[in-house]
Amino acid sequence: MPRPPSPSIPEKEFVYGALKEKLRVDGRLPLEMRTPTITFGPELGWVECALGKTRVLAQVDAKMVKPLPERPLEGIITIHSEISPMASSDYEPGRPSDEEVTITRMLDKVLRRSDVVDKESLCILAGQRVWHLRLTIHCLADAGNMLDCACLAGVIAFKHFRRPEVEVVGEEVTVHHPSERAPVPLSMHHTPYCLTFAYFPDTSTAPVLDPSHLEQRLSAGLLSIALNAQRELCVVQKAGGVPLGADEILGIIDVAVDKAKELDRLVEQRLKEDWASRTVEVR
Amino acid sequence: MPLVLPGEQISAQHVNLKLGPGLLQQPSVDGKSPIVSTRAGELHHSANRSKWWIDSNSRRYVPAPQESVIGVVIARSGENWRVDIGSAHVASLDGLAFEGATKRNRPNLKVGSLLYARVSLAHKDMEPELECFDAQTRKAEGFGELKGGFLINCSLRMCRLLMDPSHFLLPLLGSRFPLEAATGVNGRVWINSKEPRHIIAASRCIEAVDPDGGGMDEAGVKKFLSSMDV
Repeated sequence: MPRPPSPSIPEKEFVYGALKEKLRVDGRLPLEMRTPTITFGPELGWVECALGKTRVLAQVDAKMVKPLPERPLEGIITIHSEISPMASSDYEPGRPSDEEVTITRMLDKVLRRSDVVDKESLCILAGQRVWHLRLTIHCLADAGNMLDCACLAGVIAFKHFRRPEVEVVGEEVTVHHPSERAPVPLSMHHTPYCLTFAYFPDTSTAPVLDPSHLEQRLSAGLLSIALNAQRELCVVQKAGGVPLGADEILGIIDVAVDKAKELDRLVEQRLKEDWASRTVEVR
Repeated sequence: MPLVLPGEQISAQHVNLKLGPGLLQQPSVDGKSPIVSTRAGELHHSANRSKWWIDSNSRRYVPAPQESVIGVVIARSGENWRVDIGSAHVASLDGLAFEGATKRNRPNLKVGSLLYARVSLAHKDMEPELECFDAQTRKAEGFGELKGGFLINCSLRMCRLLMDPSHFLLPLLGSRFPLEAATGVNGRVWINSKEPRHIIAASRCIEAVDPDGGGMDEAGVKKFLSSMDV
């Protein structure tokens, strides 16, 4: 099977022409994001996040392992993400596409290397027992901008997850079942959000936020910015060869800050709603 | 209309039995019905029980002969064009299968051109083949290259609905602004209009009405259109 064909000439011409008039095919403004829909599953740490028709499912689970010998005081976080042909017929199993590599690396940067979860708080017994958090990301449907959706789902899953309480007496570790003692949330340093902007070959066309599948395919470059609501930049990644001036990037970052604040409000509100609907029984 | 799953035996019997999409005839074993379903959906039959078919919705197109489809030219191989019609395999289109085409005078297609064509051959062991004319009359009959406009992707049931002349959507859109449309049964609709915002409105309405997504009704679309400044 050959690579998926690139968009046809009429599609290309229409999208470029409409974007020049600041019109997007789905009726959004250039810097308007699709409002994310967040659904929580029955278990803690199970989140489905949807941006329009793009859907990503994230799940966190924890188990106890022996820490790495070079870092005896830190817990371990691993991220598993694979884009299967379930997301779109453009993806093939086994062979990672360029996009998949970008998404995996970006998820690693945003969710692991930017120190979202306090790794030292995952230590139970120095050098012997630590928590190993495993974040699994399933891409269910791709309608553009899967990266932002996956980052959002991943970070919400970490916020939603609660690990069982453990008690350490001397060398003895007791794990309390969730029905005995309420599970504890992870200690998190911050919550980064990823925002992607698409740039087009014609430099007079303004960039668009949260590109759809077609816009992403037709873009000449993507600029992904990961930052938190406290205006702290985590990652700036630019793929593609569009030249951008420093002032342009700073302008875009200001837009991203506002969007991150909006997202943060939405996420906090949804988490609060979900938490209110759960009754945790502690005997 | 009973729901059937793939592999179920269908008790369809008629002297002049015709099987439609989703049904397969197998060699009969010990008196069982030789007709089995190959996809999940609603089982329908004609009034005299001679024609049977399964109605289901999906996003992946499986070519069938004589269906009109919209394809994208992806390559040229010798005399033929390779055309993507959204099926598992690329279709091939003879360079001479156009109205008035001769060895000297061939249509000027580029990679990326959109085509409205008919599936002339769809066999499970062969690549599908397309043609852009009526093989008997050699007239275009509306087939050929689609220039300008925009391509909308929708579910297969949605484009079958749009093909139905009694469906409300295209006449409703046509009463608001002038537009041209070509519907392929492979889940692609081509729309052209002078104003880009009209094309965008049509695209959003089709997406909203799509039973795979919103499933909006006529009153909903009227309200939706009035909110859109067209």
